[in-house]
Amino acid sequence: MATTTDFDTIAAISTPPGEGGISIVRISGDDALKVISKIYRGKDLNKVASHTINYGHVFDPDTNEDVDEVMVSVMRAPKTYTCEDVIEVNCHGGILATNTILQLILSYGARLAEPGEFTKRAFLNGRIDLSQSEAVMDVIDAKTTRSMKAAESQLEGNLSRLIRTLRQQILDVLANVEVNIDYPEYDDAEVMTSKLLRENAVDLKAKVEKLLETAKQGQVLRDGLATSIVGRPNVGKSSILNHLLHQDKAIVTDVPGTTRDVLEEYVNVKGVPLKLVDTAGIRETEDKVEKIGVERSRKAIASSDLVLLVLNYSEKISDEDRQLIELTNDSKRIVILNKTDLPQQIDVDEVKNLVGAENVSTTSAIQDNGTEPLEEMIAKLFFTQGIQSSQNDVMVTNARHVSLLHNAKESLNSVINGLDEGLPVDLVQMDMHACWESLGEITGDSYNGELLDQLFSQFCLGK
Amino acid sequence: MSQIVSEENIQYDAGEYDVIVVGAGHAGSEAALASARMGNKTMLITINLDMVAFMPCNPSLGGPAKGTVVREIDALGGEMGRNIDKTYVQMRMLNTGKGPAVRALRAQADKHAYHRAMKETIENQPNLDLKQGIVDSLIVEDGVCKGIVTFTGAKYYSKTTVICAGTAARGRIIIGELRYSSGPNNSQPALKLSENLEELGFELKRFKTGTPPRVNGRTIDFSKTEEQPGDEEVNHFSFETPDDKYIPVKDQLSCWLTYTNEHTHQIIRDNLDRAPMFTGVIEGVGPRYCPSIEDKIVRFADKNRHQVFLEPEGRETNEYYCDSLSTSLPEEVQQKMLHSVAGLEHAEMMRPGYAIEYDVVAPYQLKPTFETKIVKNLYTAGQTNGTSGYEEAAGQGLYAGINAALRAQGKEPMVLKRNEAYIGVLVDDLVTKGTNEPYRLLTSRAEYRLLLRNDNADFRLTEKGHELGLISDERYNKFLEKKEAVINELDRLDHTRIKPSDEVNEFVEAHGDKPLKDGILASVFLRRPYVTYNTLLKFIEPAEKPLGRRVVEQVEIRTKYAGYIKKAEENVARMKKMEAKKIPDDIDYDAIDSLATEARQKLEKIRPRTVAQASRISGVNPSDVAILGVYIQQGKIAKIKK
Repeated sequence: MATTTDFDTIAAISTPPGEGGISIVRISGDDALKVISKIYRGKDLNKVASHTINYGHVFDPDTNEDVDEVMVSVMRAPKTYTCEDVIEVNCHGGILATNTILQLILSYGARLAEPGEFTKRAFLNGRIDLSQSEAVMDVIDAKTTRSMKAAESQLEGNLSRLIRTLRQQILDVLANVEVNIDYPEYDDAEVMTSKLLRENAVDLKAKVEKLLETAKQGQVLRDGLATSIVGRPNVGKSSILNHLLHQDKAIVTDVPGTTRDVLEEYVNVKGVPLKLVDTAGIRETEDKVEKIGVERSRKAIASSDLVLLVLNYSEKISDEDRQLIELTNDSKRIVILNKTDLPQQIDVDEVKNLVGAENVSTTSAIQDNGTEPLEEMIAKLFFTQGIQSSQNDVMVTNARHVSLLHNAKESLNSVINGLDEGLPVDLVQMDMHACWESLGEITGDSYNGELLDQLFSQFCLGK
Repeated sequence: MSQIVSEENIQYDAGEYDVIVVGAGHAGSEAALASARMGNKTMLITINLDMVAFMPCNPSLGGPAKGTVVREIDALGGEMGRNIDKTYVQMRMLNTGKGPAVRALRAQADKHAYHRAMKETIENQPNLDLKQGIVDSLIVEDGVCKGIVTFTGAKYYSKTTVICAGTAARGRIIIGELRYSSGPNNSQPALKLSENLEELGFELKRFKTGTPPRVNGRTIDFSKTEEQPGDEEVNHFSFETPDDKYIPVKDQLSCWLTYTNEHTHQIIRDNLDRAPMFTGVIEGVGPRYCPSIEDKIVRFADKNRHQVFLEPEGRETNEYYCDSLSTSLPEEVQQKMLHSVAGLEHAEMMRPGYAIEYDVVAPYQLKPTFETKIVKNLYTAGQTNGTSGYEEAAGQGLYAGINAALRAQGKEPMVLKRNEAYIGVLVDDLVTKGTNEPYRLLTSRAEYRLLLRNDNADFRLTEKGHELGLISDERYNKFLEKKEAVINELDRLDHTRIKPSDEVNEFVEAHGDKPLKDGILASVFLRRPYVTYNTLLKFIEPAEKPLGRRVVEQVEIRTKYAGYIKKAEENVARMKKMEAKKIPDDIDYDAIDSLATEARQKLEKIRPRTVAQASRISGVNPSDVAILGVYIQQGKIAKIKK
């Protein structure tokens, strides 16, 4: 974060964009009232009571023309979400009106909020603590109910509980090492030999690795599985796309007010959030019946976790098809034989031979439920080995947590390697301690005195 | 002890000093010597001149962490290392089976010889006056300490004052039902100084410590115990003590190991209703790491025996110290308890064990120089600051003495950091975390203990000691020679290749390793667990000048553990970044709404100087530290102050 821009006044559209009934533009910061007053016609907002809603119009001071009829909520610090002055402009939900209002606010003294910045302020101003804010961010970011559950479970502290069990195990080991060092003449504590330490390190490593395995799924749940649909023109890519997007499965579209090169759309496929890459490209190539944009496909494939390669069931495999198969050989891929409602021309065995039978799905995108087998296949691909049944188990979804778990694992590797090289226990202990600290950072536990308390509660010592 | 018949005295001006040190225990002795050696006219005043640097508890020095502190004191020019080297009766290196970071030298002391040697050193120290007297109060004007007033009415003025009152501060001895006002070992207590400190606004805490009974060695059946002799290998505490001064093992005195048993435990359990520890008589908080035997029996009921070490108190006495039997049970119970232990069936108890309660200045009231926050030019050290142990006391005394001396000379203070010395860890723990029990140093308190080894204390601190004028030029030059030899040899090993000769490969394969195919750097080869510096010399030319064993020790440790040392240094670098984030002196924590209430209170009380220090305060959570960091970095503090 840029240190100079914090605590200035920020604004953003707070409702999901699109053609909703109303939209809300939120402003937070010391200048929130000043900014809105410049573009609002109605009561003097500086004089109204806090936590009131006020009818009026937003106008453009340059042209003096009204932009929209609005209701403005005035909430003064500190009893607001961010603990700062907050203004919420309820306007008519069109993209144009909402964007214009946001633009006006930005031109009259506010800055566009970064993603999550309102929550960040709530944290920095002391309304919520660090772990809560992390969980709030995850709930906000959650793309499907399943990812919501993972975040909620983290809020409830399942992850913390598990991490604390691991830390307790490390603490027991460390206390034993320490007691052997600080009280070398006492026979109270079992001597923490290299063998014992190694056994513990190996056991802990397995547990950390198991947690890390869930992280991959966790990340997908949070960020979506980047998915591209590729295929030569007219194989039905956009029908498949539309099919996936229909039935209210679309979750969010891009956030107006920010610009991105590639438009992303999310769909919920049996609990797996797919982040569809370059949907614009799909529509373009289909609509304009351009020659296949291999370059564009290559880019999309490179940035995808999953590639849906569409072939036409009613045509023979073409050179372009083969080229695309080759391009996607290294990707996680599902080959869709589309247009099964038409007579078969494609050599299915040949396709299965080329890409592996288990990765081939046949669909008819124009028929209802035609994509059902495909969706099953995607879900199966993602929730391998019964992970879908482990909703009550802990799943790591937070990137910071993942990186700390990696650190913890690295430290355990160093413990094991050090012991194998024959280094003394008290040196190797440094890495064990580092592991303990990495895990502690996940839960936000400080370790002041903990180790000593452990030492003294467990062993009878003292000269 | 003594009954006061008349409190009257007529005050008189008795003299002026640069530095006055109150109390001549292990802290006070170091403080006074350092101050005088730094050129200050110094007075050391103590209740009983026959108890200068006396060891009222165990007759030993050193051990894990503590032994390193003795070497640190020595490297800074303190006296403890030299003094124990003159007066030990046994020397042992502990933890030899572990890594270099935790090897620990420990000496059994002749406690009477130790006292006499220290007193002699102090008496012969130019600039230093040793006097007997009880300090009743401080002369404080406008929040500045200007001197002291004694029991007999003498007023001494000084630029700075160091209080090392130890357990004499309103001391109270407890043996069973018996309770009486006393300093350590039945000496006079200091009753009025505590009152004066309270009047000045200091918060005092009440701590407790204890000591075991002593028995006559003539009445111990040593055949039922296990002998623990000293080491053959030569080791001393001081850099200055030559190897040839080492006492051969046959001339050292042994310690003896025996055990308590179920019978002992039953005697204790039967008398718990007479144990002051459990009847509520003892108000002071005792140390967990040094529990009384009755405490051990209660807390660890499932243990059917506890070790007891019998340690000689000196060469000219038969008294043996029953280490690990610290107790405040009634005398008759102590006697019974002793007689139940193997080897002590007929032991004659010469002195009973006792518990002692005393006053402590809650250490959050101190700056990192040990100057008090409330009264300028006043310093405290040793047990007065809430610690336990001779070495902890001496380290603090030296530290406070140096800082009091520097202040008297108008110079900048010396602050030791956590990565520089155990003394730095001790100081920071006390002023940052405070302590709820008598504080003992443990290696596990030091997060950079691989850097704080007992073998490299000279490398860490000799330079500082020399700058302060506490290390002679002669010794400093010797140190520089050693340093140069180490650096040169490390460099040579980094540039010397060992060829894969038959001889080398025979050696390597004998240790179950794969033969070398290519040449290997000597320094890399030395990292193998089975290679020592001496085996290395079979394959490479010797150094130009033959290396002393202390140089070889450094070369081996620094080469073999280079990877871990580097990790520790990286951690230090991280800490330094946090230390660089200074907290403004006039920060108003109440104005930062975001801080949790507990964190706010602790921060207000301790007033840390850096974000790193704040992070070490218990009750200040990482999120509080994050908020503090953000506020400071963004100049939000300045905004709040408006």
